[in-house]
Amino acid sequence: MESLFFKLALIGYAIGTLKGLLYLAKSRAFFGSVYLIASSVGFAFHTLALIAMTVNKGYLPVTDLHGAMSLFSWAIVMIFLIVEYRYRILVLGSFILPLAFIAIFSAAMAPPKTAGLPPALDSAWFLVHIGFAMLGAAAFTLSFAVSVMYLIQEWNVKHHKAGLMFQRLPSLEIMDEMNYRLISLGFIPLTLGILSGSIWAEYVWGAFWSWDPKQTWSLITWFVYAALLHGRLTIGWRGRKAAIIAIIGFMAVIFTFLGVNLLLGGKHTFQ
Amino acid sequence: MNIVVVGVSHKTAPVEIRECLAFPEKSLPECLASLAKAPGVNECLILSTCNRVELYCLVQDLDKGAQAVKEFLYQRFHVSDGPEKVGPHLYCYTGTDAVRHTFRVASSLDSMMVGEPQILGQLKEAYDFGLQHKTTGLILNRLMKKAIMVAKRVRTETKISQSAVSISYAAVELARKIFGNLEQKTVMLLGAGEMAELAARHLMNNGIHHVIVATRTYENAVKLAEEFKGEAVRWDDFPRAMVNADILIASTGAPHYIVKNDEMKHVIKERKYRPIFCIDISVPRNIDPAINEIDNVYLYDIDDLQSVVEANIKERHKEAEEAENIIAGEVNTFLEWGSSLEMVPTIVALREKIDGIRRTELEKALPRLDGLDEKQIKAVESLTNGIINKVLHDPMTTLKKEANGENAAMYVEAVRKMFNLDGKE
Repeated sequence: MESLFFKLALIGYAIGTLKGLLYLAKSRAFFGSVYLIASSVGFAFHTLALIAMTVNKGYLPVTDLHGAMSLFSWAIVMIFLIVEYRYRILVLGSFILPLAFIAIFSAAMAPPKTAGLPPALDSAWFLVHIGFAMLGAAAFTLSFAVSVMYLIQEWNVKHHKAGLMFQRLPSLEIMDEMNYRLISLGFIPLTLGILSGSIWAEYVWGAFWSWDPKQTWSLITWFVYAALLHGRLTIGWRGRKAAIIAIIGFMAVIFTFLGVNLLLGGKHTFQ
Repeated sequence: MNIVVVGVSHKTAPVEIRECLAFPEKSLPECLASLAKAPGVNECLILSTCNRVELYCLVQDLDKGAQAVKEFLYQRFHVSDGPEKVGPHLYCYTGTDAVRHTFRVASSLDSMMVGEPQILGQLKEAYDFGLQHKTTGLILNRLMKKAIMVAKRVRTETKISQSAVSISYAAVELARKIFGNLEQKTVMLLGAGEMAELAARHLMNNGIHHVIVATRTYENAVKLAEEFKGEAVRWDDFPRAMVNADILIASTGAPHYIVKNDEMKHVIKERKYRPIFCIDISVPRNIDPAINEIDNVYLYDIDDLQSVVEANIKERHKEAEEAENIIAGEVNTFLEWGSSLEMVPTIVALREKIDGIRRTELEKALPRLDGLDEKQIKAVESLTNGIINKVLHDPMTTLKKEANGENAAMYVEAVRKMFNLDGKE
């Protein structure tokens, strides 16, 4: 059942991505509504798939690459749908849905492992820690997409190019503000994710902080976004500068999330 | 359908010709009435704008009707050389082409600036005028209603009239792409050229309510500021006032840069890097072009705005292709309706003709069949009726079936010719 739901979610996101890109090229409202419906339906199936999998295994299956990527794309689409219903900027999906699709597609490429939950992870802290981390990562993914959009539009305005993209993309100020909100939105769960992780670490490893590669890199990520938020409030790091730093921050997020697990090892490796 | 459109437009005739043909509002009722009386004209409308003069008519015969309508136009010249002078500039669309032309005009595809919205209003007015003076009927009413509907469809389904095609609107569009909502923003006028004022007015129509004016003579600034209900600033103070300006429009007559690079660097820092949109519509330029390199400063001079406008016009022409597809479909639905309309009188005429023959033959035969009682006469009548009904049944069914088909016109023509329904020798 769960694999059927998962496949339907994958198809939903694929259609959403395709129509989202068509919307960018053609800007017919029809494509916009199709992609919104497809991704909403995909999201519903995705939710069912996650629930079914959790019930089936008895725990939230994020200990392997499949589960982690699946939950990651679910969180991206969730935040995207919330932002979309709030801001009503259809072109947003043209940039975000491809990212969500890449995430769910790589989940589909990495088959789920059958090994059970290691005893060390059998704790309520596990859920809290993963939940915060995923929320933060998803919000930063959206911020990344908005930053890319911002840079394209900024380039258009700066270089006097009133072409297709100029018409499609929203105004600089709206994107800048949206980016700021998304980063603020991601920063809180990121902070809580690190804190909850270290408290939990005190229980299972006997130390709050042990310079595990994941810990180190999440701290680096935290500093990038902290600097960005601080700079914005004090010396006006906004616009292009903010977008570039947000993109750097997202690189750090992705490395913390995937690079550490796949390249550096440590206690956070996937099963 | 015997629809004819005869006229001249900016595409075919220079203004000297158009102004001669244009119908002044005062004499329009009179002209419309005399056009309605022209030989072979059943319904008519006159569309007269500065870019086009067009007569929309439903005529009995396409060729004769078109000629009559042309004659009517020539007469407006009050000179004998009308045909030579106007003829080459005149276009005449009939049938399908006339319908397509009507839809294209209404959708502003034939306008000087493709997508400009005024023409639809002018066409509506011309139609209302025709309605008032009862010169339109079934066909032209339907044509106009459909044209208005098509124009609306084109406007919502394509982006043909969305982007700015004038310098001052382009400035507004750019401001919107930088700031989104203009309501809380401030615009500052440096100098007071006509174009700067126009741009400021457009910006105010789009939500900006705070205007700062700085000109070399303080009195002028005060006067202009009053007009905008804004604030006047002394010339020496303008660099300080710039810190509060989100949009800066420069148009002084000064032959040198008034807003300098270092100054702007200072201003943007003071603004905590909130974006500033600078529009330099003065020639020679008043704003150092180097400021465009500063983060969050966006500078457009008159040429930049012009190129934005040109890009937008190109975009409109692209959208126009989409619009042509919509129109092609709508022309077909309209023609379908028209041809079904023509099939009905043909069927009626066919029936009448055959029934007429039956009646004359019956009248000839009855005197020779004396001695028939009333019951027998009834029987003969129903016998002959039965025969023509049986004979006509198949052709009638076929004609009704073909009424919406591609070849409807051909069937109508064939039946009319074979049974000589038009009463020719």
